[in-house]
Amino acid sequence: MNLDFSQIVPYIPFMLEGIWVTIRFVIVAIILGFILGTLLALCKISSIRLLRAIAGSYTSIFRGTPLILQLMLFHYAVPQLTGYDITPFMSAILAFGLNSAAYVSEIIRAGIQAVDKGQTEAAKALGVPYREMMIDIILPQAMKNILPALMNEFITLTKESALVSTIGYLDLMRRSQVVGSSLFRNFEPLLFVGVIYWLMVTGLSVLGRMVERRLNVSD
Amino acid sequence: MLVIKVENLSKKFGDNEVLKDISAEVKKGEVVSIIGPSGSGKSTFLRCINLLEKPTAGKIFVAGQELTDPKINVTKAREKVGMVFQHFHLFPHLTVLENLTYAPMKVKKETKTVAQEKARELLLKVGLAEKADAYPNSLSGGQKQRVAIARALSMEPDLMLFDEPTSALDPEMVKEVLDVMKDLAHSGMTMAVVTHEMGFAREVADRVLFLDEGRLVESGEPIPFFENPQTERAKSFLDKIL
Repeated sequence: MNLDFSQIVPYIPFMLEGIWVTIRFVIVAIILGFILGTLLALCKISSIRLLRAIAGSYTSIFRGTPLILQLMLFHYAVPQLTGYDITPFMSAILAFGLNSAAYVSEIIRAGIQAVDKGQTEAAKALGVPYREMMIDIILPQAMKNILPALMNEFITLTKESALVSTIGYLDLMRRSQVVGSSLFRNFEPLLFVGVIYWLMVTGLSVLGRMVERRLNVSD
Repeated sequence: MLVIKVENLSKKFGDNEVLKDISAEVKKGEVVSIIGPSGSGKSTFLRCINLLEKPTAGKIFVAGQELTDPKINVTKAREKVGMVFQHFHLFPHLTVLENLTYAPMKVKKETKTVAQEKARELLLKVGLAEKADAYPNSLSGGQKQRVAIARALSMEPDLMLFDEPTSALDPEMVKEVLDVMKDLAHSGMTMAVVTHEMGFAREVADRVLFLDEGRLVESGEPIPFFENPQTERAKSFLDKIL
């Protein structure tokens, strides 16, 4: 045991920059996953068979294959097919956003179906159109029920984001590896970013509990 | 003038025929009680009138408009039919006032000021003015149901449907809800009420429809119906419950 954290001090600003690099694509991926996931969930409960089939296959494919494979496909296979030189940022957003959408859609579908059927009937009886009913009545109630599951998904995504280090995206994880190989010491930089990941996830959990408390004012 | 006209209505759930060839009419300002044993199809009948259940066959007209016309805008047609449910179905994430203003603002595009003013008036009418800013979960069952009635009235319907409005209430709360319904009946509202409250049917209703096994077995004015039912089926039903 010869831990020496003083050696990584010069590299700390370099590693800290990785926080923003990671957060930036995680936020975009979460938003993309959430919006697409909501739309997919609506397709899944739709009365139109084609929409249900599309959403079902989508989920099956994105849940049924490894995330790292999807990431590689976006980053290496898309340029090969189209000639479009995709940036690591773009590949990361697409792979994580589309993958997360599959999980989010299942969470939201379950959440919508758990809302009392009477709510739909009451809204219908008042002449409220489907779109407004979903946005104002059903989804807010569904969101309240699924918030813990949704936070869990966002936390998983934040941690799994470290996978983008494999396509050369200079995120937190990748930066710790860079520092590790230039110092020939891996333990210190890895431990350092480990703490940062833990802090980020803890922050997310706190945020989740705050939102949950706000949504519970009606109880 | 007829507010509801039902012609040869049938409803099947799979192979189970719940309503069999029912024809009935309700005139403007009339209060009709729909009674019968459980499973007789009375709730389904009521729910067909605003198309929460889709009839298998037959025609339904509300205020002269055919609801069973495939070309009709169902959402639009429902605006004019208020419905009160057994389990209230208030929107739990909205305050009492928001429950009342939501549909008028979204559907009828009323301004917030107008909608709130009318909502407060309705709350006063059902005796809950002081609960405007409360959330539904903090109300008693009777209060919830009165809010639900006010919410249905906020759309200024031509017709109010009540689906067992007092069946989920504690006994001491039944009266406050029935009183609101009586006031409403006296104000000239057209009402169709599925109920087990024979007292209400007897005192307030202008007519009673008796359903059994999906058929309209008997209909008539309450006093003659309760005192001297014409059919065996109605007689034995009344013997059991009165």
